[in-house]
Amino acid sequence: MSMNSQIKTNVNALAQQQESKEQARARRTENVNTVISVILGLVCLVYIYPIFMIVVNSLKVESAISTSTAFNLPTAATFAGITNYIYGITQMDFLKSFLYSLFITVSSVVLIILCCSMCAWYITRVNSPLAKAMYYLCVFSMVVPFQMVMFTLAKTADTLKLNTPFNICIIYLGFGAGLAVFMFTGFMKSMPIEIEEAAMIDGYNPLQMFFKVIMPITKPTTISTAILETMWVWNDYLLPTLVLDIKKYRTIPMDIQYFRGSYGSVQMAPMMACIVITIIPVILLYLFCQKYIIEGVVAGAVKG
Amino acid sequence: MEKSIRKYWPVFVLPTLVAFTIGFLWPFVWGIYLSFCKFQTVNKVSFIGISNYLRVFSDDTFIHAFGFTALFTVVSTLSINIIAFFIAMLLTRGIKGTNIFRTVFFMPNLIGGIVLGYIWQILLDCLLSRWGKPLLALDARSGFLGLLILMSWQQVGYMMIIYIAGLQNVSPDLIEAAEIDGATPWQILTKIKIPMVMPSITICSFLTLTNSFKLFDQNLSLTGGEPAKASQMLALNIYETYYARSGAQWKGIGQAKAVVFFLLVVVISLIQLHATRSKEVQA
Repeated sequence: MSMNSQIKTNVNALAQQQESKEQARARRTENVNTVISVILGLVCLVYIYPIFMIVVNSLKVESAISTSTAFNLPTAATFAGITNYIYGITQMDFLKSFLYSLFITVSSVVLIILCCSMCAWYITRVNSPLAKAMYYLCVFSMVVPFQMVMFTLAKTADTLKLNTPFNICIIYLGFGAGLAVFMFTGFMKSMPIEIEEAAMIDGYNPLQMFFKVIMPITKPTTISTAILETMWVWNDYLLPTLVLDIKKYRTIPMDIQYFRGSYGSVQMAPMMACIVITIIPVILLYLFCQKYIIEGVVAGAVKG
Repeated sequence: MEKSIRKYWPVFVLPTLVAFTIGFLWPFVWGIYLSFCKFQTVNKVSFIGISNYLRVFSDDTFIHAFGFTALFTVVSTLSINIIAFFIAMLLTRGIKGTNIFRTVFFMPNLIGGIVLGYIWQILLDCLLSRWGKPLLALDARSGFLGLLILMSWQQVGYMMIIYIAGLQNVSPDLIEAAEIDGATPWQILTKIKIPMVMPSITICSFLTLTNSFKLFDQNLSLTGGEPAKASQMLALNIYETYYARSGAQWKGIGQAKAVVFFLLVVVISLIQLHATRSKEVQA
């Protein structure tokens, strides 16, 4: 055997060894990953158990729900079908609360997106004391806890008759402007001004330009902001409680707290049914728009 | 171009400015003024100087709520961020089912605080009674743990998303280079990954810190401050001072508490941002 081929075989053997080492390593990582998958799968089951428990209990009769039996699955004797749902919807005026919540959320988010994106564009493109002051005030307002303004805000809303579900969106615009303006200006600062200048030469006035040029460009930020604001308004409890007349108008969180607080013995079963009705649309929406929601959270974090 | 946009300010800025004045600016300024006054309704206000503030610091329930809130904020910020970071590490390994896990872990964020508190109250009371322990409303220690579990359950998913985005931005070349140099997985974690995701850590600890410190809904619905205000946090304490106590002096004291609370939030946010920002590195 010549020297050359000797070296070649050695190199080949080494390469083979290396390869089998790498294969072993890859196999090991794969095994570890499978173990992690299984463990995380189990953790996930525990994680969604609270929601599962509520769904199960909403299908049981009232007497079968207590601190000792809430974990039990319904049996033939304790299965209540959808009676709890019917009771919850009819007796607790739940459908009305649902519609109020929906209307308040949609109107507020639409108003916030429209007004704040316009305001943010002005702040980005105009260099004036008004624009600067607006920007810093918005950033400042994000730090202020709601308790700081709750009493005076409720009084102001009362005085101006902004205390119905139909115009509470103006209050939400005021208190929610901070985050929205901040997110929009963050994005608009990185927009090239050349597009707008070209549109200007084409004879667009600022309003046309905003709706035909700016709005389409800012679509990703619009979606992110809309999602963050929706999560806030839909779940908000204290602001509507203090601003709205609780006897006339109740949003979902208000309804749930109201029926728990005011009744001596809480009717657990219909309450659980109402909670399920509250959660289901949110989860469905989440499953369909998951991509946007997660992008929205990340975008909000990067800007924040 | 700037000039022509400027002319349109009534369209672009005015609606937001008016709403912002109604919904934030005016209530804020008015709130600061009222913290120096004695009042029950807004029509009968008398200026009394700083005596509200003196009463705030001699109010035992406020001091207790501050201690409870501070402890809760520290513990929950640590637990949420550590768990979220750990899960994010596992979910960036490219394992099977990553998307499903991410979906499940994020889900609790979409449910409001009032509803969450109610769900967990039923669940935890059930567990506690099985183990023969006092219920949530009877023991402040289980109330504390309950709030901790509830907040971790809710917030881990949100922070995990931010950490995943941060970890995905760490360049694989950097890690490969370190591996060739013989770095152990622990060294890669502490010397490369954690410094590189420091911006995410800044954001997440800021969010968890302020969320925990300002916590209201979950506190109200899970324990309601029971037993005897022992599990009451600052936000709930302010709310109760305002709306649940009779006596002409309490509204003014409540407003003064709110101003103190606001200043605390500002100070904590500034310190925290400064502390973690200074540890950020450039790639």
